[in-house]
Amino acid sequence: MTAAIEAHGLVKHFGKTKALDGIDLTVEEGRVLGVLGPNGAGKTTAVRILATLLRPDAGTATVAGLDVVHQAKAVRRTIGLTGQFASVDEDLTGMQNLVMIGQLLDLSTAQAKARASELLAEFDLTEAAGRLAKTYSGGMRRRLDLSASLIGRPAVVYLDEPTTGLDPAKRDDVWEMIRVLVRQGTTILLTTQYLEEADALANEITVIDHGRIIAHDTPQGLKRQVGGQTLEVRPNSLSDLPRIRELLVRYGTREPELPAPDLLAVPVADETALTHVVAALAAEKIVVSELSLRLPSLDEVFYSLTGTTKREEARDDESTAKTRKGAAA
Amino acid sequence: MIRDSLILAKRSITKMFRNPEQFIDVTVQPIIMTVLFVFIFGGAIAGSTGKYVEFALPGIIVQTIMFTSLTIGVNLNTDIEKGIFDRFRSLPIARSAPLFGAVLGDIVRHSIAITVTLVFGAIIGFEFQTPWWHVAIAIIVIIAFAVSLCWVSVLIGMLARSSGAVQGISFLIVFPLTFGSSTFVPASTLPTWLQGWVAINPVTHVIESMRGLLTGSTDVAGDTLTGQILWVIVSCIVLVAIFFPLATWAYRRKI
Repeated sequence: MTAAIEAHGLVKHFGKTKALDGIDLTVEEGRVLGVLGPNGAGKTTAVRILATLLRPDAGTATVAGLDVVHQAKAVRRTIGLTGQFASVDEDLTGMQNLVMIGQLLDLSTAQAKARASELLAEFDLTEAAGRLAKTYSGGMRRRLDLSASLIGRPAVVYLDEPTTGLDPAKRDDVWEMIRVLVRQGTTILLTTQYLEEADALANEITVIDHGRIIAHDTPQGLKRQVGGQTLEVRPNSLSDLPRIRELLVRYGTREPELPAPDLLAVPVADETALTHVVAALAAEKIVVSELSLRLPSLDEVFYSLTGTTKREEARDDESTAKTRKGAAA
Repeated sequence: MIRDSLILAKRSITKMFRNPEQFIDVTVQPIIMTVLFVFIFGGAIAGSTGKYVEFALPGIIVQTIMFTSLTIGVNLNTDIEKGIFDRFRSLPIARSAPLFGAVLGDIVRHSIAITVTLVFGAIIGFEFQTPWWHVAIAIIVIIAFAVSLCWVSVLIGMLARSSGAVQGISFLIVFPLTFGSSTFVPASTLPTWLQGWVAINPVTHVIESMRGLLTGSTDVAGDTLTGQILWVIVSCIVLVAIFFPLATWAYRRKI
């Protein structure tokens, strides 16, 4: 397999702030790389460089073998871009937006219209095609953004936080569309703040913070590294806490913790733990008000990888964190 | 690049028709200004509305175009803010295409505003005193001036932090230029200190050229129509020589 995206030692400064401090990325053709990190970690900067919107201060990057600095125009024929930036025009209809982009990609008006209709149908926007984009709901906007980036049938697609701010049902819709792209053989670079999203979509995950890569692994490997899934139990009555704790010790991989006064959390090896715990709770006749299995949050990922929580870091380093956010915005 | 610019010009025209605010700027607003000045102030300023429409209409056209030509900076700034330029930049098109598309779109907007004002003026009694080709030259003069002036707006649009700031700064520039001229009253009625500014204000010469070309009269003494038009041409060359390089530099830096 050949690399669709290859970046070596990317560095980018904004004034005194180092947004990227030597990033290496490789995405094989037809694969999905998830870039995971908090706000201001450098995710967007990396995508902007790979999409030819920014020049790196140091380092090199190629997309489909083309240099992003010296062959920028050829790179732009290869890529599609969706995200927080690279927006559609709110004062045009969905159809007008897509036709315009098609024409700018050298399609004839007829071809552009045909391609636009095709994408609008595919993304379930046919009915809204004649409405101004500013009247679209959040989910429809994302779908229009996504279809706008697919008009030229790009081989490489960048998705910058494609589901941030969407409710879970809309998020699942976007995920399904991304899976369709993957089945069509598109190479995808996806940035996200959610391990769950990277886990659901990516073949490999790169975790970045402060413009540096702090981990790179498969979703399985990363979950192993950061403690996989967590089982949370909220008892109906606080007096049951000690009994539940005893029970969780048996099925968890570590000591149970108390993230809230009435909530017990324990890392578990896999999903089967849930069944065992339910059975055990039933056998002991303990009533619980909440029982859930979840992937670690970004905070927990960072805690496991770096040994510091983001909050502590923000205290030490509040001013830098702010400038980093400013630079990424 | 020409095809891309035309596609993007079409975008800005489509937006104008879709966006009532922008459409009103070039249709309803010049009509309201004409009604306001001709029927309300006309009698007081010129003795009769009929006389005043001959005097004021060229000025109202210039004023409308001045305000329209400065919206380009606001629009470009909004496009950058909203991420639409990033979308364009991720496409294999010339970097200058969005800029020239916006300018081309503006020329269409100006033409609509001029036509609306002239037609409405004719309906309420404006009489063209000159051959048709003078009217054509008048339209070319005002559009040429607008296109030269728009680079100031592009520069502000690229340097200012928000579209609101662009709007504010643009108004600060347009107000003294438009009102410190012979737009609504003969320059001879103004205080001497203001006459000094009016005489060097390029907008005065644009207005006097328009008056000469549309009605055959000029207000600023000692200058023929040809002289006024030459003043406008010099102003355009100076504006473009200074602001086109600055504006394109600021644009390239941002884009």
